[in-house]
Amino acid sequence: MRELTCIVCPMGCRIKAYEEKGQIRVEDHGCRRGELYARDELTAPKRVVTSVVTVQGCSELLPVKTAAPVPKEAIFRVMEEVRRVVAKKPVRAGDVLVENIAGTGVALIATKHIQ
Amino acid sequence: MKEQAIDIAVIGGGPAGLAAAIAAAKAGVERIVIFDRQAELGGILNQCIHNGFGLRYFKEELTGPEYAARFIAQLAEYPQIEVKLETMVVELTADKQLITTSRRDGWNLYQAKAVILAMGCRERPRGAINIPGTRPAGVYTAGTMQRLMNIEGFRPGNRAVILGSGDIGLIMARRLTLEGIQVAAVLELLPYSCGLNRNVVQCLEDFDIPLYLSHTVVEICGEGRVTGVKAAPVGSDRRPILERSFMIDCDTLVLSVGLIPENELSREAGVQMEPSTGGPRIDTGCRTSVPGIFACGNVAHVHDLVDDVSEESRIAGIAAAAYVLGEESIANGQKRVKVVPGRNIRSVTPQEIVAGEPSALYIRVAFPERDVVVTAGSHRSKHRIVTPGETVRIVLRPEDIDFNAGVLPVAVEGGEVNA
Repeated sequence: MRELTCIVCPMGCRIKAYEEKGQIRVEDHGCRRGELYARDELTAPKRVVTSVVTVQGCSELLPVKTAAPVPKEAIFRVMEEVRRVVAKKPVRAGDVLVENIAGTGVALIATKHIQ
Repeated sequence: MKEQAIDIAVIGGGPAGLAAAIAAAKAGVERIVIFDRQAELGGILNQCIHNGFGLRYFKEELTGPEYAARFIAQLAEYPQIEVKLETMVVELTADKQLITTSRRDGWNLYQAKAVILAMGCRERPRGAINIPGTRPAGVYTAGTMQRLMNIEGFRPGNRAVILGSGDIGLIMARRLTLEGIQVAAVLELLPYSCGLNRNVVQCLEDFDIPLYLSHTVVEICGEGRVTGVKAAPVGSDRRPILERSFMIDCDTLVLSVGLIPENELSREAGVQMEPSTGGPRIDTGCRTSVPGIFACGNVAHVHDLVDDVSEESRIAGIAAAAYVLGEESIANGQKRVKVVPGRNIRSVTPQEIVAGEPSALYIRVAFPERDVVVTAGSHRSKHRIVTPGETVRIVLRPEDIDFNAGVLPVAVEGGEVNA
């Protein structure tokens, strides 16, 4: 059995996850999303990565995020690529900066407008 | 100086000020001005580039800038809200006169019918906790470092130690790690973490960053630049055990040792303060002791979640609108009860409940406990774990409160101490 602290929302539910005969059973989750989180955590843990990138001809930094959670083991590969991204003005929140970041199949998107 | 008459002055354009101004405009107030020192609205949200905001308020997971943008976009629908950026309110009187200064507009005098205090909070610095040692470069508060990295684009160092396990410290532990800056340790004076549990998991455990509970920094070392810190465990009296101290090499020390509501203006206006929160005493309409002055967000009490700030500030905006529009007499005639904190309660906000108003209480406990019952009047709710790092929010029904009693006792009962 693994005891997990759910990170889906600030409730921080303490979830119990049992692995029996290849089956995963989840207890004490507060909601459906918590159950999915626990299953993912045991099989393929994922996280959203957030950072900032530079913008050409602009002193302001652009905050970015992965549009969906990426595999935990890919976090540092994602960061390597994020560091090389230079955005061009104007940028709208939601604009795709990299379609498939570090081969994860997930896009890197802007989270702020810069005119 | 020509006096300008306005209906509501909102001091601070962060999440609290934005939500309050929008709510007041929706309620029909005609001339609202938001004052903010910064060059853009959104306050601290602009530097909080991580996600996890808005799950309660918008039922979506947003980053700080995205959360702020939701509110800033709404301003376009309300021409009755004017925004004065890079403008600092330097004086506030009990008569609701404000003096502001800005590079562009110079000095200005405003006479408001109501004022909403939404100045937020600031960080406790090194001086507030008196760490001995030299005074080298490389000592930052967590929020300052967050601004340097996420807004200004600096790399603050190469190897860091974080003192304090507040949420910003935990968030910065992850941020530093992602940028290739090694986090040698997070030290926490108390025997438990002060941040949200989810942040301990996703910011420390995910990256195998060691968390030393019941430890503190007893000396900062280095001339010119930090070269290391001397750490030591603390006893149950929270005093360091110097014989067991050890060196940790680092060039950067990050302090995440608490937040203080920023209330210089509130005090100047003569608003009665609440020692347990560091903010003004407020009621369920966010009214302070001075009629027509309201307080919401982190200036009133430090919140864990911006979602709660938005909700509380919406209430402040509605109450301020009622005051300006002359509907306040309705609340004036209502019965009130004072909240009386009991066992294992550090603070309860609001401090007064007005009959007929929605009554959400934000409770901060004094120490962690398992399997407790939180009581407030005849309200009883079971909680598996309560810790000072996570506010307990309870919503009271009118029948939970005996308005004839004048007081409402709030307590945590029947727990098993989990230190």
